[in-house]
Amino acid sequence: MPSAIPPLRVSACTATSAVGRGVAALDEALAARRSGLKRNDFGVSPLPTWIGEVEGLDAPLPARFSPYECRNNRLAWLGLDTDGFLERVREARERHRATRIALVLGTSTSSIGASEEAYRSLTPEGLFPESLRRPIVHTPHSLGAFVAHALALEGPCVTVATACSSSAKVFCQAERMIRAGLVDAAVVGGVDTLCGSVLFGFNSLELVSPDPCRPFDRARRGISLGEAAGFALLERGPGPGPYLLGHGESSDAHHMSSPHPDGLGARASIGDALARGGVAAEVVDYINLHGTASQKNDEVEAKVIADLFPARTRASSTKAWTGHTLGAAGIVEAVIALRALATGLMPGNLNADDLDPACGPQIRIDNGTGEVRHVLSNSFGFGGSNCTLLFGREARA
Amino acid sequence: MSGVLHVEGIALWSPRLPGWEAARAVLRGERPAPEQPAPRPSPTLLAPTERRRAPDTVAIALEVALAATAMAGTNPTELPSVFASTHGDLAISDYMCATLAEAPTMISPTKFHNSVHNAAAGYWSIATGTYAPYTAISALDCTFAQGVLEAAMQVGADGVRVLLVAYDIEARGPLATVTPSRGLFGAALVLAPVPGPRTQATIAWRLDGAGPPRSSARHADLVAGNAISGCLPLFELLADAPGVDSVRLPASSGQDLVLARA
Repeated sequence: MPSAIPPLRVSACTATSAVGRGVAALDEALAARRSGLKRNDFGVSPLPTWIGEVEGLDAPLPARFSPYECRNNRLAWLGLDTDGFLERVREARERHRATRIALVLGTSTSSIGASEEAYRSLTPEGLFPESLRRPIVHTPHSLGAFVAHALALEGPCVTVATACSSSAKVFCQAERMIRAGLVDAAVVGGVDTLCGSVLFGFNSLELVSPDPCRPFDRARRGISLGEAAGFALLERGPGPGPYLLGHGESSDAHHMSSPHPDGLGARASIGDALARGGVAAEVVDYINLHGTASQKNDEVEAKVIADLFPARTRASSTKAWTGHTLGAAGIVEAVIALRALATGLMPGNLNADDLDPACGPQIRIDNGTGEVRHVLSNSFGFGGSNCTLLFGREARA
Repeated sequence: MSGVLHVEGIALWSPRLPGWEAARAVLRGERPAPEQPAPRPSPTLLAPTERRRAPDTVAIALEVALAATAMAGTNPTELPSVFASTHGDLAISDYMCATLAEAPTMISPTKFHNSVHNAAAGYWSIATGTYAPYTAISALDCTFAQGVLEAAMQVGADGVRVLLVAYDIEARGPLATVTPSRGLFGAALVLAPVPGPRTQATIAWRLDGAGPPRSSARHADLVAGNAISGCLPLFELLADAPGVDSVRLPASSGQDLVLARA
């Protein structure tokens, strides 16, 4: 078991998804149980499924960012320009210097949508159309490079791409950098956008639901894909919370696209997050689950939660609100967990009315409210990559 | 910020530097590089039926990961790992984009799950039975330096050995005209927090302001055009190539990573 780590301040956070732009829209949608999912109309031959699309991505990036132009970076910019996040980073840059702030961002497909577009509009010679001959948008680090430019940060800058655990793992990597003294602060987050690769890719694996996704429902039929951007600012030193108290990462060592049947990796990442936070499972008030609404994930995750947590812990998936936002799921759900600390609202499961028999008393359909002091967020990805984050309202348990 | 890493395993593979023993002699100037490029390594960790159809990223990453852990004499299952690749599997990206443009519902499910940037890391974890965490990162021309930094952070944070694997492959199709990368290149290191009987070299690292000229490898022509081959100067240093005392690699827009023998 790892030893406890010092708490780390989360001094700002924001999330933009299908339910709206910023934390106020997120709070409202969660409380009102208003889903952002709609019938899929994305692309030229849309599959019969439901998606969580973000509105407001039609406008191009400001002209100074034109080399980075693509849907994913538009969403990144929309997300950054929300909840005063740009201003919070500007203030942090003055406090810490640009080279003392790391930028660690997660994505699954980054701006591959721009590469897909180029292949749909190749010249007769088989070349990319002139407007898309911009190498920066045809590589995974498109996201990190754009955001570093937009925020004028000069410290370590890296894009983490471990599929659906990506923007949870960014907290772990940034925390290590700050603990070691490599930097004094870090901007973490993630952005993923709808694109053909993920819609048709998950369809090929028969994981896409024809109906709005129903996490943990006995009759669930698969995932609904979504897109989102979210960011958080982590800072060393004293100050008001909330705090990142712990994190855990693990591998399933089992299968590329299916979780370990006993949830071995999930148990390890949860255990390590609690150990680094120096707390027991009993203190956890709410868990935001990975809960994709795939048959396997929900069955395995429900069993793990039933085994590890007391009945008083509430647990839910919020993917029926936002869709599965893949490489952005970690940050969006970390923000939902952080909002639970602030508002006392613990979301239930939307679109579920008959819970899977694997669910213990922790997994609830209805929203709840109460004193929320400790929250966990689970994110699991293809390739058996697992991550669990522990946040707390106070610096000490 | 600076630190020290103890290198217990070193691996390198490219068609004209096929394996660390051969590469070391070439980088030291003791023998010329083979004229004939070596064929793609076979990922012996995978089941025989999977070896031939394994993506290039998986074949090259598993080759160097296995060689580095073998040199270190460590059980791979004990090592957390950092997989660093500039562009990931460019051949599968080409396949995905071309298929989506022509017949999107014909996407192969196997190609799709192999398209994730962490596919090689996932196969490593599955093939070796490793529950320790891995990560998979990308940072353009700073990819290797960011991989070293993340590995150094993990070594320091938990006092454990960490496996670093860096690789890029040949680009294919129209994508190759915009995002070029040539040939196969893979390199791996096992990095330890303390010196021990298996220590091959001790490397001091520090972050420095960007500005002075970055290192270029004397044998850069052997790996030219591969997106991550800019890390070759570090392997010249580790090979004790004459005149290579320290190397300077790009780490971010404002910083370089400087590595030297400690």
